[in-house]
Amino acid sequence: MTQERISAEIADLHEAYLKEGVERHHSARDFAPYRSSALRHPHQPLVVVDDPDAAELAGPVFGVTDVTALDADLTRQHQGEPLGERITVTGRVLDRAGRAVRGQLVEMWQANAAGRYAHQRDDHPAPLDPNFTGVGRCLTDDEGRYAFTTIKPGAYPWRNHRNAWRPAHIHFSLFGTAFAQRLITQMYFPGDPLFRYDPIFNSVLDERARQRMIAAYDHDLSVPEWSLGYRWDIVLDGPSATWTES
Amino acid sequence: MIKPTPSQTVGPFYGYALPFAGGGDLAHGGIVVHGRVHDGAGEPVPDALLEFWQSDPQGGLRGAPGSMRRDPVTGAIIGRHGLDFTGFGRVATDADGRWMLRTLPPGLPYISVCVFARGLGHHLYTRAYLRDEPGDRLLAALEPSRRATLMATEERQGVYVFDVRLQGERETVFLDFG
Repeated sequence: MTQERISAEIADLHEAYLKEGVERHHSARDFAPYRSSALRHPHQPLVVVDDPDAAELAGPVFGVTDVTALDADLTRQHQGEPLGERITVTGRVLDRAGRAVRGQLVEMWQANAAGRYAHQRDDHPAPLDPNFTGVGRCLTDDEGRYAFTTIKPGAYPWRNHRNAWRPAHIHFSLFGTAFAQRLITQMYFPGDPLFRYDPIFNSVLDERARQRMIAAYDHDLSVPEWSLGYRWDIVLDGPSATWTES
Repeated sequence: MIKPTPSQTVGPFYGYALPFAGGGDLAHGGIVVHGRVHDGAGEPVPDALLEFWQSDPQGGLRGAPGSMRRDPVTGAIIGRHGLDFTGFGRVATDADGRWMLRTLPPGLPYISVCVFARGLGHHLYTRAYLRDEPGDRLLAALEPSRRATLMATEERQGVYVFDVRLQGERETVFLDFG
């Protein structure tokens, strides 16, 4: 399966999306260029739940005992310093009304600087880093802010098609105030030349929505002689019932 | 309204990051709910992650922190302390696509389920109903064959089976909360 074929499929699906004229915010579950989606997306439409007492309108609760101080600094979790370009990533978690999502768990995980995950099934022949596992956690503060110190992950190949390489990315997992606000997403780095070739990034059909997954380099966040700063705000979707609470 | 951040797949390599020790053990001495996740060819999905959220036996949805409680000295996950009911579970499927939850019977008739997997660009919600309640709004709106996909089967006292089928014949009913 060539990149040309995958790229042509992506272009066709993006064009069909524009013709349809309905704005979609999330990744398409059925996105043929991402081959693993073929047998893993439902064919039936989702069933709308209209129940003000639904359990999903409340949320799991996390607190200070679920994280430790070192969880947010991935460069200090081992005996030595991990290899790579040290970065800080920060931003706010908001709901769709623009309000801060406070005291909520943010989890992240990523490949190391060489593009290798600390996962038994990642057999990509790039080195593991004994000083980097690639997992972080924190709770948002009163302004909804999160912050991580880590290293910039590398791109890596993934066999979806010939010469498939993922753009560098950090996985994020977020909880809002309702189970129905749950989000797992990926943060990308600005200017990555691999964006146009990647079926997972492009499974988000809307160009503006894809841009919302890309962090901004922020020179004011860079620390002299220490790290480069990226800013990325995250907006949680969710049931309308959770938007109107005071 | 501002526009949401798009969802992306959990991918295959979340295993060292999201699952935690005792993630499926909300409580002992209650009920067991277990099952498998299948793809559209009926094959098990070995790289799915399931999350569960449920009411306590009285129907309360307050939960409690401490699902993945850490040791402040070593940072190790030391798990739930067993007195508070957190209501939250997280389990990765095994090589056969199987998962298991030990928990207390929920006061509401169902346990909420959120399904993530490689190949699934946006997670899916469903519910494992442990009993059929005539007044339940969701069940009442479904035709019998679709409703059946949400019903857990009690295979023996206190042990329920709930399979998730992402696609195809007997495809699970997945939910949209608007």
